[in-house]
Amino acid sequence: MAYELDGQTIEHDEEGYLTDLTQWSEGMADILAKDEGIEMTDEHWEVVNFLREYYDEYQIAPAIRVLVKALKKTMGKEKGSNKYLYTLFPYGPAKQACKIAGLPKPTGCI
Amino acid sequence: MSEDMEEGGTVKKFMYMNRKAPYGTIYALEALEVVLIGAAFDQDVSLAFIDDGVFQLTKDQNTDDIGIKNFSPAFRALGDYDVTKLYVEKESLAERGLTQDDLMDLVWEDEDDDWAEKPSIIMVSRDEMKKVLGDQDVIMSF
Repeated sequence: MAYELDGQTIEHDEEGYLTDLTQWSEGMADILAKDEGIEMTDEHWEVVNFLREYYDEYQIAPAIRVLVKALKKTMGKEKGSNKYLYTLFPYGPAKQACKIAGLPKPTGCI
Repeated sequence: MSEDMEEGGTVKKFMYMNRKAPYGTIYALEALEVVLIGAAFDQDVSLAFIDDGVFQLTKDQNTDDIGIKNFSPAFRALGDYDVTKLYVEKESLAERGLTQDDLMDLVWEDEDDDWAEKPSIIMVSRDEMKKVLGDQDVIMSF
């Protein structure tokens, strides 16, 4: 199973998560988002970039509750809420945003 | 467990005991994954590091030459998961020629105290560790 981008083949698992996260690019994010039925806005990018930085630092994709807490701390109460995240990523913020960010499925995503 | 939580919101003391070196077997990584998953259940979670398990917390781990992901940075995320008690047995460290200075500086941020950073690592003697283990409701050994 693979995506095609600029003539490159990019492998993914049975749920659509990238197999090799070094193959991620912004173009790849657009393809992943389209598959999820999401139109990327600045607000979406904010969360996706945040997740990539989080993964870079801790080597894990955060659970939703951890993501909310971290966003609340860095971006304030309005953006650090389940409601806000579900508005952006209606089928599960951690799951969808992590997929678009090229990260594995969050540990503790149940 | 889930019945207890639904009925009375009982919080149990969960201890995850880590006795093995971080790489070479899958135990350490699996334990950490279980901790992260279990953290969703709002229990009173703590971790113990005994025997070679203390190597899991050493700083500056580099796994480039063994082709395995260095997952030690994930220990720094435990505070975000409200896992804030990491008991390390002093004797196990000393027997391996290590001191607390060889371990990562792990902290958690206290949301109720203006995000003040507080240490997560609690150094205990073998005798103190026995008491900590005796106080638990559930112990899972890896």
